[in-house]
Amino acid sequence: MDRTGAQIIWECLLREGVETVFGYPGGAILPTYDAMTEYPIRHVLVRHEQSAVHMADGFARASGRTGVVVATSGPGATNLVTGLATAMLDSIPLVAITGQVGSGLLGTDAFQEVDITGITLPITKHNYLVTRAQDIAPAIREAFAVASSGRPGPVLVDITKDAQQGRATLDWEGAAPTRHLRHIPPSPSQVDLDRALAMINAAQRPVILAGHGIQLSGARAEVLALAELAQIPFAETLLGLGAVPASHVLSLGMMGMHGESWVNQAIQEADLLIALGMRFDDRVTGRLKEYAPNALKIHVDIDASEINKLVPVDVPLGGDLKQVLQAMLPSVKAADHTPWLERIRSWRGDSAVRDIKNLPDDGHLYAAHVMHDLWKITKGEAVVVTDVGQHQMWEAQYYHHDGERSLITSGGAGTMGFALPAAIGAKLARPEAEVWVVAGDGGFQMTFAELMTAVQEGVKVNIAIINNGYLGMVRQWQALFYEGRYAATPILSPDFVKLAGAFGIHGERVEKRSDLEAAVARARQQPGTALIEFKVEQEDSVYPMVAAGAALHDMIRRPSPSPIAETGADPV
Amino acid sequence: MSHVLVIYTDDEPGVLTRVAMLFRRRGFNIHSLTVGPTERVHVSRMTVVVDTDEATARRAVEHLRKLVNVLEVQQLGHGRNVVRDLALLRVSTRQGRSEVLQLVQVFRANVVDIADDSVVIECTGSLGKIEALVDSLRPFGILELGRTGAVAMARGLRSEDSNRLAAVATVAPGSSGAMSV
Repeated sequence: MDRTGAQIIWECLLREGVETVFGYPGGAILPTYDAMTEYPIRHVLVRHEQSAVHMADGFARASGRTGVVVATSGPGATNLVTGLATAMLDSIPLVAITGQVGSGLLGTDAFQEVDITGITLPITKHNYLVTRAQDIAPAIREAFAVASSGRPGPVLVDITKDAQQGRATLDWEGAAPTRHLRHIPPSPSQVDLDRALAMINAAQRPVILAGHGIQLSGARAEVLALAELAQIPFAETLLGLGAVPASHVLSLGMMGMHGESWVNQAIQEADLLIALGMRFDDRVTGRLKEYAPNALKIHVDIDASEINKLVPVDVPLGGDLKQVLQAMLPSVKAADHTPWLERIRSWRGDSAVRDIKNLPDDGHLYAAHVMHDLWKITKGEAVVVTDVGQHQMWEAQYYHHDGERSLITSGGAGTMGFALPAAIGAKLARPEAEVWVVAGDGGFQMTFAELMTAVQEGVKVNIAIINNGYLGMVRQWQALFYEGRYAATPILSPDFVKLAGAFGIHGERVEKRSDLEAAVARARQQPGTALIEFKVEQEDSVYPMVAAGAALHDMIRRPSPSPIAETGADPV
Repeated sequence: MSHVLVIYTDDEPGVLTRVAMLFRRRGFNIHSLTVGPTERVHVSRMTVVVDTDEATARRAVEHLRKLVNVLEVQQLGHGRNVVRDLALLRVSTRQGRSEVLQLVQVFRANVVDIADDSVVIECTGSLGKIEALVDSLRPFGILELGRTGAVAMARGLRSEDSNRLAAVATVAPGSSGAMSV
């Protein structure tokens, strides 16, 4: 049956199982929007294309399915850039479809013509410029295959207006993709597997580094089986939080720049690191020369180019994590590392662990209080979508994630403005989940126009704005490393309660810890999106901290005496 | 240390950009890059010479293998390759044509054009040979120099090994008619 290119686009999306797309119409994509009404696909109209990518990204992170974005040419397409880079750095499967000027006008600087395939080349796994209707289906099918196979990532398909308007026969079978299979990662050699097993079975002080790849590979059960069988404690990267349960007895907590001190110490003193689906980002290693100097290193990653990139490893295991672990598990010997686990426990006990949770409410409200209380009230079962900055780190420290895909955050790119749109996407992917936005006053102001999208689409998310009147993380760096010169970090905010009112949603302000629980309860009871502004201590900092470029064990601790004491108590 | 990479790619617009962008983005220093068709339709072959250490060269290979348009990457071993460069030189003959022509013979190069006071010389060979020829001719006055960069092939591959590469090269050269930019 003959179809227009625009119809082929929607037909392909439908057959790929797409139910929801996030987008914004415009001239060069108009034929596609015109055909949209014939197809049972929900379109979420955003207020800015950057948010469309973040929504698709949140949708993908919450569900594991590929998120889809639609935008027009020129500025519509360039507005996708930050979102695509965010997804690229965090390995999130997305397909972005952009309209392009007619093929006859390509290269003429036509109205709203931008070379978006050129621009997005380094921030997509692959991209396409489609100029004929008959080429649309192969490109879209391959885009979905590339986005979700191997190490996932975003793919962009730029389709000229005449290709959308032209006619072709949809040959679904003929359009089946094959090129994504060219580089399916090989399984590691038996020699390397045996070497890894020998190291695991001989280790006295092993630590598993648990990364995002566990989630992407669906390898939680295998990772826990390995940890439990050989009694190996695991430390999580930021994106590894929730990939393995925080409440597990072998879970140490987050590693890295704002990781717990005992976690970083365990890594530095380990005799074996087993890196599972993580990539030794500078935020988790500190100074490379002094990173885990005593440890042999085994690195499992589906992306072979990540292995030996920054940290030289002793056994490279390129391959899908779940399959690699399944191959190894039968030969892993049960072990007892009680002395090692006890030692880590002792660091945890007497190393002046940050714990500000049980302090009496002295009139100050601390962000950590908010995170801790939110964790308790939601029983740790919410999907929390954070923005980027201090609140993001406090969330990671005080909201303990047991469930998979329960923390959604921009890790690699650190994209401010991510939280609200990504949360809307997450809620649409998992309507049954309780979704919380945790954002700072700075990042929230970048994309809060999407409140109207939530209202228009009838999406309920709960929003916690952690307002300290500063771009807090930058202020913290200025305080620690720039002699307290607060250049351009004090930031004013609108009256968020009135702002909520203008959007027609519930809003309130909390300034005392004693008011927190009731406010959270009211927000949860609201049928629609609800916003709480938490006015927190203005010049609080995130501790402990490894300064950029410092060794991992060289942590800056909370100054003492401080209104916020550090105690050795375990999390409640 | 220079490393020679042979890359088989789809013969599509923009593939060269993808490869070149990858090298730029990851900071791999390209010494030379040549590209041309192969014995297979729709398959191009690039020879890239990079100046880097062994670990970085291996990483470059792994990064190249992630490109959808790349069918296969070989890192040629040292000393087991044929590496050839082509140079065209326009050399002044004002200081003596016969001496120039003698050098051409010594280097087993060819004269492909003769003008009143200059000749155009074509020379194929290893990078070292071409550099030696250029050095020898410099005193006469090199008016123009054009070089292709290296094309390389492994020595001593048995035919079944070559067939394996050929088989790799047939993996669906672009089921999509869409231009990969």
